[in-house]
Amino acid sequence: MWDPSYIEKLKQKLAEWEKEVVEPILKKLPERKREFLTEQGFSLKRLYTPLDLAERNWDYLEKLSFPGEYPFTRGVYPTMYRGRPWTIRQYSGFGSADDTNKRYHYLLKIGQTGLSMAFDLPTQLGLDPDHPLAYYEVGKVGVSMPCVKEMEIVFEGIPMDKITTSMTINATAMEILSMYIVVAESKGIPRHVLGGTVQNDILKEFIARNNYIYPPNPSVRYATDLIIWAAKEMPKWNSISISGYHFEEAGATPAQEIAFTLADGIEYVRWVLERGKSQGWPENVDQFAPRLSFFFSARTNLFEQVAKFRAARRMWAKIMKERFGAKKPRSMMLRFHTQTAGVTLTAQQPLVNLIRTTIQALAAVLGGTQSLHVNSYDEALSLPTEEAVKLSIRVQQVILYESGVVDTVDPLGGSYYVEWLTDMLEEEAWKIIDQIEHVGGMLKAIEAGWPQAEIARSAYEYQLKVEKGEIPIIGVNIFVEEEEPRIQMLKVDPKVRERVISRLKKFREERDREALKRALDEVRRAAEKEDVNLMPYILNAIKSRATLGEVSSVLREVWGEWRAPEVI
Amino acid sequence: MSASTPRLGDRKPKVLVAKLGLDGHDRGAKIVARALKDAGFDVVYLGVHQTPENVVKTAIEEDVDAIGVSILSGSHIELVSELRKLMKERGIDIPLIVGGIIPPSDTQLLKSMGVFEVCGPGTPLRKIIEIYKKAIEIRRGEKI
Repeated sequence: MWDPSYIEKLKQKLAEWEKEVVEPILKKLPERKREFLTEQGFSLKRLYTPLDLAERNWDYLEKLSFPGEYPFTRGVYPTMYRGRPWTIRQYSGFGSADDTNKRYHYLLKIGQTGLSMAFDLPTQLGLDPDHPLAYYEVGKVGVSMPCVKEMEIVFEGIPMDKITTSMTINATAMEILSMYIVVAESKGIPRHVLGGTVQNDILKEFIARNNYIYPPNPSVRYATDLIIWAAKEMPKWNSISISGYHFEEAGATPAQEIAFTLADGIEYVRWVLERGKSQGWPENVDQFAPRLSFFFSARTNLFEQVAKFRAARRMWAKIMKERFGAKKPRSMMLRFHTQTAGVTLTAQQPLVNLIRTTIQALAAVLGGTQSLHVNSYDEALSLPTEEAVKLSIRVQQVILYESGVVDTVDPLGGSYYVEWLTDMLEEEAWKIIDQIEHVGGMLKAIEAGWPQAEIARSAYEYQLKVEKGEIPIIGVNIFVEEEEPRIQMLKVDPKVRERVISRLKKFREERDREALKRALDEVRRAAEKEDVNLMPYILNAIKSRATLGEVSSVLREVWGEWRAPEVI
Repeated sequence: MSASTPRLGDRKPKVLVAKLGLDGHDRGAKIVARALKDAGFDVVYLGVHQTPENVVKTAIEEDVDAIGVSILSGSHIELVSELRKLMKERGIDIPLIVGGIIPPSDTQLLKSMGVFEVCGPGTPLRKIIEIYKKAIEIRRGEKI
């Protein structure tokens, strides 16, 4: 690919340019900074040329190939957005099921193309809304979902066979997915036609997001069982969304985000193969890997973010093919959702956030995302208003319909700079993955507190740079205005708790107590055994009208609860 | 952060930092805990999923000079009011500082409940450290 005589000529020309053109300019106009750094800390050259790739012996077919082909650097599909746009999928849900149903209808009306459910903290932690610990948190950061009745209300008038639904649910993923299946099947929609995603990524909860219930081992068993069960029963369902977003939010650098995510992916694949042996299926990765999906963050540092997505895609393809022996191309594809980085939002001058999220959304699209959530400008202050969410959807629509960036596949592919950055991030991320593998994989690393400490360190270093002004943030440490933000804010209806609890009480009264008891006993026995897949038992309990909290209590009794070692 | 180590009588000022409620967003709380430590405070970091009851119990056991709680789930009014109620009942008269996603319209309400200061997103660390120092100085009636 690189003709030696041409490379020589280019070297000469570049040296001439630096001496004759750049040096005189620098004398008159020195550059603004001594060093230009990316967020990862790479020191950037003034200019990137073919030489930067030639000196790495960069090979087009090996590094990029073609979209839809191994190693998928240029995208997982051959025609990308020329064929099908990414899914406009705003993460949403608050209050009770009726508030959320109303918001979903609104979002679909203004052009959202997929749903993404946010659940409140009690739901994520397996507590019914009348539990003492749940008291203050019902309906606050998402919809309260204690039983199948609430799921039915959320999806009133929404075509579950046509729309795909993503659910941010982890420690209680089986209970929530079961509710979704029960409601769909009651409408005559069989589970095998349902499309969507459960996050089901408990490892990242232990590392960064902190919504875990049980100790790491049974927690990963639970996640693994869901992956195995869904691979058989729900061929259109993504059984996990292996998430880097929360690492970035907690402070991870781009290379840490890639590495921790892929190391989690490796751990899950190993667990599925291992549990597959005792459950008799699956026997190889091609039987489940096509339904593994991913989730990353998009920050404002545009090119490094694009490089991050491209590097992650190439690395996962290698991991699946070389390490796990995948044969199907689909098993090697890193398909991902993106959310713009919440931590980059400022409470100061909140409308400026719209500009940040536009650049971040552009990074996700140039990086080849399959679906996208754009944060709303008011989210450093509260949950978003309808007006603010509408603008988030409009950001996506302007990029899709007006910008033209979607008209060709991977438009930044071949940029000397972006390809160099992609390689550099890949190298950094492999180093971190090797360290994790060296201690025996991610679960062991988590138990030792290592990724948690690494992220906390990165977060603190970043904050100190903000303090010193080395990282400028408009409205926070430069162009500061004293004015208080004056924007409308969403308030969750304080009556939510009573409404949800009164429906739940009625739901509990109208059950067949015997059938319920039997179903919960079976969950307990299945949890006590190591070699049984839990999912059918939990689905049966939810069908027998168990509440989320009841199922979770049984599992708490069998497995115990986890208190994390706190590292600062 | 600060060159000289603050002193309170014959010991360092001691603070408790906790995530109150079920919310798991602990980036801010950890950074504040670490910054206070680097500024010479003794820091008890309780971590996530703390109840008002446990915060008060630990504050008494550890005999701290101030409490900092972080809440990003929108439940700050209810959680802080419960915490203040317990603090009063047990006679713990030490400053309480609240951080997290707090709409500006709620700041006054929190202060009227007896919160010393509210540190929303973007508050500089040096300002946060000053707030803790000032709060403890006022409480103890001596310079640290």
